[in-house]
Amino acid sequence: MISEIFEIVIYIFLAIGVFFNLLAGIGLLRFPDVYTRLHAGTKCTTFGSIFLIGSVILLGLRMWWNNDADGSILAIHSIVALVAILVTNPTGAHALARAAHRSGVEPYGAVVDDLKGTIKPKAESKPKKKPVKKKKTSTKKEEGK
Amino acid sequence: MIAFVITTIVCFITYLFLTTGSATADSDILGLWSQYEIIFGVVLSVISGVIARTIFVKESKRMANPAKWFIFLGYLVGPFFIGMAKANFDVAYRVITGKINPGIVRISPDLKTDLGITMLANSITLTPGTLTVDIDENKNDLYIHWINVKKEALEKKPVDCKYICGSFPKWIRRIAE
Amino acid sequence: MIEVIEGLDTLYLVVLGMLFLSVVMAMIRVILGPTAPDRAVGLDTINTIVIVSMIIFGIAKGSVIYIDVAIVYALLSFISILFIAKYLEGGEF
Repeated sequence: MISEIFEIVIYIFLAIGVFFNLLAGIGLLRFPDVYTRLHAGTKCTTFGSIFLIGSVILLGLRMWWNNDADGSILAIHSIVALVAILVTNPTGAHALARAAHRSGVEPYGAVVDDLKGTIKPKAESKPKKKPVKKKKTSTKKEEGK
Repeated sequence: MIAFVITTIVCFITYLFLTTGSATADSDILGLWSQYEIIFGVVLSVISGVIARTIFVKESKRMANPAKWFIFLGYLVGPFFIGMAKANFDVAYRVITGKINPGIVRISPDLKTDLGITMLANSITLTPGTLTVDIDENKNDLYIHWINVKKEALEKKPVDCKYICGSFPKWIRRIAE
Repeated sequence: MIEVIEGLDTLYLVVLGMLFLSVVMAMIRVILGPTAPDRAVGLDTINTIVIVSMIIFGIAKGSVIYIDVAIVYALLSFISILFIAKYLEGGEF
């Protein structure tokens, strides 16, 4: 009885996970610009991964209960992988969004853009470092001559 | 000294997680780890504790309180997971219908520590219709890409927190500050 | 080695097929993408799906080592995405 319930829960988890991962792919194709694509690509894959890895963790816990040593590896290592995905995925999305805005991609059909025109430090920092590089290359040339 | 001990313990726990299932027939502890693995882990975590103690623990030891870890777990399972489920059905709706009304708005969540801001930014990214784009490091303000901008939210600038974060700042203030 | 529920390993292969389909969709975005950040977003999505596929594949084939590979792949892909973002931003390393 318990094993049947277990089996059904695993099937449901797998179905939810696959559905959201497919949704991420469709969203990437359908949305019009970088930011909205990031919405689809980040949220849907993270949520889908939680359920797909969750089914693996359940299977591992069950094997551990039945005194199979591989079950512990399955469960605990899958939890570590899940934590890695949960921490790194939103951070990577944040870095990409910031990079896209600084490289000049405008949000499609934006009603309001508070960030526009606030980016100054990049323009200030560039001229500071360029002269240093020029000096280095010039000294190398002089040495070469 | 306290920083060194905390860093070593965290390193050793991470090592234990990564080496589960290394037990062999002649040596095992709890059926999960072999003795040699444990000894090697202690040596490695002492070395990394010496190297990383000033990076890992900055000035406050606020997060060394176990009560805060449990609040954090409760936050992950409760409001965060519900927000995430809502977010995904929201994205599904927008993928299928194609109705979007995007914009980038500025909010000031009024959090002071770096850890709190990081947690709030990651939570916002994973919850309905919002994505953190940039941060104003002087005032700790966040710039947020909002997929469905509400008209009534734009009357005040910076935009009121309640439209975007919900109850997250309360929880994070309890955990990280 | 890992065989708890009968018929589950073929089900896992079906799941892998569906995940492959979504990788293909992200791949189309990488090829079409009008700007460089679009391609990077597609790449990020592919990375996450590949990590999950590795774990599922490990179970379907009955070898646990794939999960360790998945952990390392997750951390490396995160670092590579950060570097790509830094490059697109035009900052100094």
